[in-house]
Amino acid sequence: MLSIENLHVSVGDKPILKGLNLQINAGEVHAIMGPNGAGKSTLSHVLSGKAGYTVTAGSAIYQGKDLLAMEPEMRAREGVFLAFQYPVEIPGVSNIYLLKAALNAMRKHNDLPEVDAMDFLALVKDKVKLLEMDDKFLYRSVKEGFSGGEKKRNEILQAAILEPSLCILDETDSGLDIDALKVVASGLNSLRDPERAFLMITHYQRLLDYVTPDIVHVLADGQIVKTGGAELALELEAKGYQWLEEQAA
Amino acid sequence: MSASAQEIENLIGQEYKDGFVTELEVDTFPPGLDEEVIAKLSAIKGEPAFMLEYRLKAFRHWQTMPEPNWAQLNIEPIDYQAISYYSAPKKDADKPQSLDEVDPVLLDTYKKLGIPLDEQERLAGVAVDAVFDSVSVATTFKGKLKDAGVIFCPISEALQEYPELVRQYLGTVVPETDNFFAALNAAVFTDGSFVYIPKGVRCPMELSTYFRINAANTGQFERTLIIADADSHVSYLEGCTAPMRDENQLHAAVVELVALDNAEIKYSTVQNWYPGDENGVGGIYNFVTKRAECRGANSKVSWTQVETGSAITWKYPSCVLLGDHSVGEFYSVALTNNYQQADTGTKMIHIGKNTRSTIIAKGISAGRSQNTYRGLVKVAKSAENARNYTQCDSLLVGDKCGAHTFPYVEVKQPSAQVEHEATTSKISEDQLFFCQQRGLSAEDAVSMIVNGFCKTVFKELPMEFAVEAQALLGISLEGSVG
Repeated sequence: MLSIENLHVSVGDKPILKGLNLQINAGEVHAIMGPNGAGKSTLSHVLSGKAGYTVTAGSAIYQGKDLLAMEPEMRAREGVFLAFQYPVEIPGVSNIYLLKAALNAMRKHNDLPEVDAMDFLALVKDKVKLLEMDDKFLYRSVKEGFSGGEKKRNEILQAAILEPSLCILDETDSGLDIDALKVVASGLNSLRDPERAFLMITHYQRLLDYVTPDIVHVLADGQIVKTGGAELALELEAKGYQWLEEQAA
Repeated sequence: MSASAQEIENLIGQEYKDGFVTELEVDTFPPGLDEEVIAKLSAIKGEPAFMLEYRLKAFRHWQTMPEPNWAQLNIEPIDYQAISYYSAPKKDADKPQSLDEVDPVLLDTYKKLGIPLDEQERLAGVAVDAVFDSVSVATTFKGKLKDAGVIFCPISEALQEYPELVRQYLGTVVPETDNFFAALNAAVFTDGSFVYIPKGVRCPMELSTYFRINAANTGQFERTLIIADADSHVSYLEGCTAPMRDENQLHAAVVELVALDNAEIKYSTVQNWYPGDENGVGGIYNFVTKRAECRGANSKVSWTQVETGSAITWKYPSCVLLGDHSVGEFYSVALTNNYQQADTGTKMIHIGKNTRSTIIAKGISAGRSQNTYRGLVKVAKSAENARNYTQCDSLLVGDKCGAHTFPYVEVKQPSAQVEHEATTSKISEDQLFFCQQRGLSAEDAVSMIVNGFCKTVFKELPMEFAVEAQALLGISLEGSVG
């Protein structure tokens, strides 16, 4: 589904990713862990098309297409979804309005008719229940006055409705208390699908306690320095990152 | 990569959609203004003698007045002798009695604008008085309104059919000496709408006027007078467009509203005059005086305006709250793009006891435009327990535009409560990227963010016009992100 080869990315003159390689197949759940400043968020931003990053070498091929050449909205319409680490607020735009506009943008891209209002409402209510959210949530302005946990749950709700092929989660576990973490995790688990891949970027083991990854990578200083199974995350939790950084050096 | 500030810039520049010119034979005065021109204009209109006197008085006063220069505007000098003060479609000699007699070319113009003039629009329940350059072309639904006792007609017609009623109220809210542009309007106004809602009547439909400036080098000076007698209710909407022309055209209108005991007037404007091109060439000078007097106890006037057009807008729809417990409201969205300038706001003058006013003003600046809110809240000594709440929000799109706020507060009554809140924000790249990451184009994202920003004002518009206003904002912002 996604094949990243020798990816080099800079912010200004400063190289952040220095030859990153990553293969993700449909149905797989990958976790990327690493210390602060390793380039984890840069990776999620570059894949989703945020401005301010310069690709200096390498490629990212997504479903046979050159991902890095696509406009961010085209990547989204092609099924690349980013759950934001810090979701933004849009005053006056209700959550449900944004969701409908987003879903219709996808449907239009796939030559499908706009979703019927009643069908849409039924779909949303169904997913809201799944994430143990309150209906009122839908009519509030996008993320305005949401708690940290609500914001993150809302990101997952959007994923549940937009049904992406590649779901990138940027530190989705940060700012969540244990109850909210469990709800988010069960939402994520319900989204696991043989046709869908996940790339979970996280600092800590705790999300991985609830969403078990197939493959764990360690990102340090702009490169993947180690790849293993779910047990690698536990090892990192016990030993920290330093031993790997030393190994890499 | 997602939209950067530069790309936001690019998205702003977008073409004016109502910029067609209608080919018509017209009767137009040669440019110039003197007492003879005014007398000729009054004669063509077949006005009663008091009107000519009124006009001449206004003209003489106007000649003594300097042009106002206090606004945050950069105005090219206007040559008032280079403007033609009357332009009418030629077939005006035998004025159209019904839609069938209206020039089909003209009807087609209105169709292009989507103005509900013909039979099918009856379903929409909108009665329209369409003013094309200087003459009211057709007023729909006159009959149905008449059954309810409502008078809704061109003011030129009202001057002939109800001269005493017009005389009783004309100039009582905005005197002919009020300000430079109001004086000019009083001297040369050519047409406009007249509305009278009798005692106890709730007007059965929305009343609507569309203004369009078509001829080159003409000014449009329309005059609107709305009287809501005791216990009556009316909702009125005006819309405005003009063709694209390289030169600036002057529009100096006066609107007077009078609300008597327990009466309510809701006045909504969607202003989309030609704003000039992306380099700031051409466009309408929209210098308008709008004022309402809440004369009666418990009366209420609500102004809602969506201002997206005009090269320069200078406009402060105001409420004089004379009656005890009277209420004034002002809801405004002013969007400027490219080189547009707007200096707009309101005045709430509290005189009666327990009077209340609310001001919600949303300014959106894009391109290299300048957008100013200017508002006055004045509480007289007599206005015990007066209350005002003001909220001014500015939204900046891109980094070459400006937003300014000048709130004036004068309070002479210690029991008054006056609140003012103001915010300034910018459409952030993070907001844009978020929307794009959800599959929306940058353009749709800006439109959505701006519409969200304006939501509290749009909900004050009558339903069908709220939809129009949203679409208009989208169109006006097209090209503001790349």
